[in-house]
Amino acid sequence: MNTTTVNAEKLPRFKLPQLSDVFNGTLVSGAIRLVALPLAGILAFLLLWSITAQNIDTSLGKFPGPAAVMEQFNSLYAEHQRSREKEQAFYQRQEKRNAERLAKDPSYEPKIRAYTGKETFLDQIVTSLVTVMSGFLLAVAIAIPLGIAIGLSKTLNNAINPIIQVFKPVSPLAWLPLVTMVVSALYTSPDPMVAKSFLNSLITVTLCCLWPMVINTAVGVAGIDKDLVNVSKVLRLPALRHVQKIVLPASVPMIFTGMRLSLGVAWMVLIAAEMLAQNPGLGKFVWDEFQNGSSNSLARIMAAVLVIGLIGFLLDRGMLALQKLVSWDKSVHQ
Amino acid sequence: MAPATAEELGYPEKEELTFGFIKLTDMAPIAIAYEKGFFEDEGLYVTIEAQANWKVLLDGVIDGRLDGAHMLAGQPIAATMGFGTKADIITPFSMDLNGNGITVSNAIWEQMKPNIPKQADGKPVHPIKADALKPVVEKYKADGKPFNMGMVFPVSTHNYELRYWLAAGGIHPGYYAPHKGDTSGQIDADALLSVTPPPQMPATLEAGTIYGYCVGEPWNQQAVFKDIGVPVVTDYEIWKDNPEKVFGITKEFSEKYPNTTVRITRALIRAAMWLDENNNANRPEAVKILSQSNYVGADYDVIANSMTGTFEYEKGDKRDVPDFNVFFRYNATYPYYSDAIWYLTQMRRWGQISEDKPDEWYKELAAKVYRPDIYAAAAKSLIDEKLASAEQFPDFATEDGFRSPQTHFIDGIVYNGQEPNAYIEKFSIGLKSGQKL
Repeated sequence: MNTTTVNAEKLPRFKLPQLSDVFNGTLVSGAIRLVALPLAGILAFLLLWSITAQNIDTSLGKFPGPAAVMEQFNSLYAEHQRSREKEQAFYQRQEKRNAERLAKDPSYEPKIRAYTGKETFLDQIVTSLVTVMSGFLLAVAIAIPLGIAIGLSKTLNNAINPIIQVFKPVSPLAWLPLVTMVVSALYTSPDPMVAKSFLNSLITVTLCCLWPMVINTAVGVAGIDKDLVNVSKVLRLPALRHVQKIVLPASVPMIFTGMRLSLGVAWMVLIAAEMLAQNPGLGKFVWDEFQNGSSNSLARIMAAVLVIGLIGFLLDRGMLALQKLVSWDKSVHQ
Repeated sequence: MAPATAEELGYPEKEELTFGFIKLTDMAPIAIAYEKGFFEDEGLYVTIEAQANWKVLLDGVIDGRLDGAHMLAGQPIAATMGFGTKADIITPFSMDLNGNGITVSNAIWEQMKPNIPKQADGKPVHPIKADALKPVVEKYKADGKPFNMGMVFPVSTHNYELRYWLAAGGIHPGYYAPHKGDTSGQIDADALLSVTPPPQMPATLEAGTIYGYCVGEPWNQQAVFKDIGVPVVTDYEIWKDNPEKVFGITKEFSEKYPNTTVRITRALIRAAMWLDENNNANRPEAVKILSQSNYVGADYDVIANSMTGTFEYEKGDKRDVPDFNVFFRYNATYPYYSDAIWYLTQMRRWGQISEDKPDEWYKELAAKVYRPDIYAAAAKSLIDEKLASAEQFPDFATEDGFRSPQTHFIDGIVYNGQEPNAYIEKFSIGLKSGQKL
């Protein structure tokens, strides 16, 4: 098992007597815990951030504080709006040009080509999300059947385990050059359906988030209650029915734990891969801004950092909700 | 012969294109051709993508991820020759003249300054020669400390310019020996040159990994703004009106999509004309476009410093260099064979070409890579459509692709593209005929 659950009961407890005595057991306590304390934490963080920021002088000016980052969020949004207007004008020009050409050359089949302008920050977010989900789903499709097979068969487990153990700790950035070269060599259609850069990111993500899922699924499947396995044996369930009726329901909690771990890995890997390979997405946004070295660059990078963190958090929450939904095991915590 | 009008030229075979570039002001013709609608006028729908470094960019063009790119002049030549990656790349369009500078860190500048003669107003006399740097390098050498400098790619203009400047001042920049597997270029070197992508130069200098670098704009002016270094010399002073970047595509692309190739060239010529029009009147607008985060992205003021005809050396020492960036005048966009041959002479000088080659070899290789025929076809069709006039171009009927011998080098040596071997003989530092490492 590669997640360690900390048993809260065994931890020594630090009590703030005055506070807890006053509020214990009351409604106020709940409100404070859910709203006021997180809020206080965030405020303290913002305060600390703006004070520290003011004292860091980089060669690109002061380190951006919360206000500067907020300003960049606004300007990024304004840029997005402007880009949408340009996009419309682009399509209008194109229609006009197509019509002109059709008038001269009736055999021409007009075609509308996608907008060629720059990807805005919002576009980059969407690109990253689509890539991470595609890579993750591909990994799920490979890892879960593989994990079940390994979990069911000791022989297979012995055969594959060393490979998993060796590949699991490999950094995404080590895979990236290999993936890039192999994709370039194999994917050579003149009119490609998806961009190579998308494939590169996707495969890198898949390779890296495969392992936690395989391992957790295998452990979950191997650890099924012996009684359940015996029931299946008595009923002489065929192999497929055995997996469907016994193995899957019993190992769902572990499978989802693996998926949740994987999704976290996938998101981190994706941003790094985008930065290194300049594939479209939030990672590219960060790298481009670093290369720009303009007076707004640091604030923009900070804005991207916050968005990356927030999305990572939401992805994790999404997986957690899904896990709770499909599993009767209500012991899953955050 | 070349088709006379757009109708005869035919519609582009490939309409959706992706071009790569590196964040440097000399990518301007591509940005302008897009923003001013010159690509769309040709029926081309172009996506422009910044690349992480010159290697990634070259690989992108070779493997087809990019249809074309803003390239170092040495890249198509070296690729065709097979130094580094082997691939047939051609260029129908030379992108600009000049545009680079050599910057040293503040600490090195302080040590150089006493060796530089002063003008009446107390400012240093330009051009500053590497003679002023020599004692500094010697001191580092005596102390057993390596003197590290940065350039952007082994076959980059910057590598050859930095080497030219150093060697002219008696500092040996080191040899390459590819036949022995040595591609670091540091054999016998006084100054050790290594590769850093252009936009990372200031950060690398600031980190102290290198003491100086040669790079295109705005990354020299950025060092001035950030107060981390001092540009000591521009490439305009090393070799007045030297050829810089080119637009590179694979030979395969040009053969498969001939109309598209000519149309790309037309759009780029129009962009270059726009950039130099009315004595640089459009430059402020160009700077504004380049400062967008998807192009160069640096601050307006930093880019404007060099793009609008000035160059700031030591902070506050801003001087007029009207030809710092030339995009069209002086036939800047015409792909002269002699320009390609100059790069080849430097490759031979520093050992990247390990053995002697006859003059004919230089000319044949240049003719493989540089394609004035495509350029002429594009220019003539622009003239026919009254989008340009014949006086703006070389006389295509008589032009042989060789500039007359060029004299404006910092060491006073004259370059004649017709006689590459005789030129190589003239350098006091560098490999000579018969020499092999």
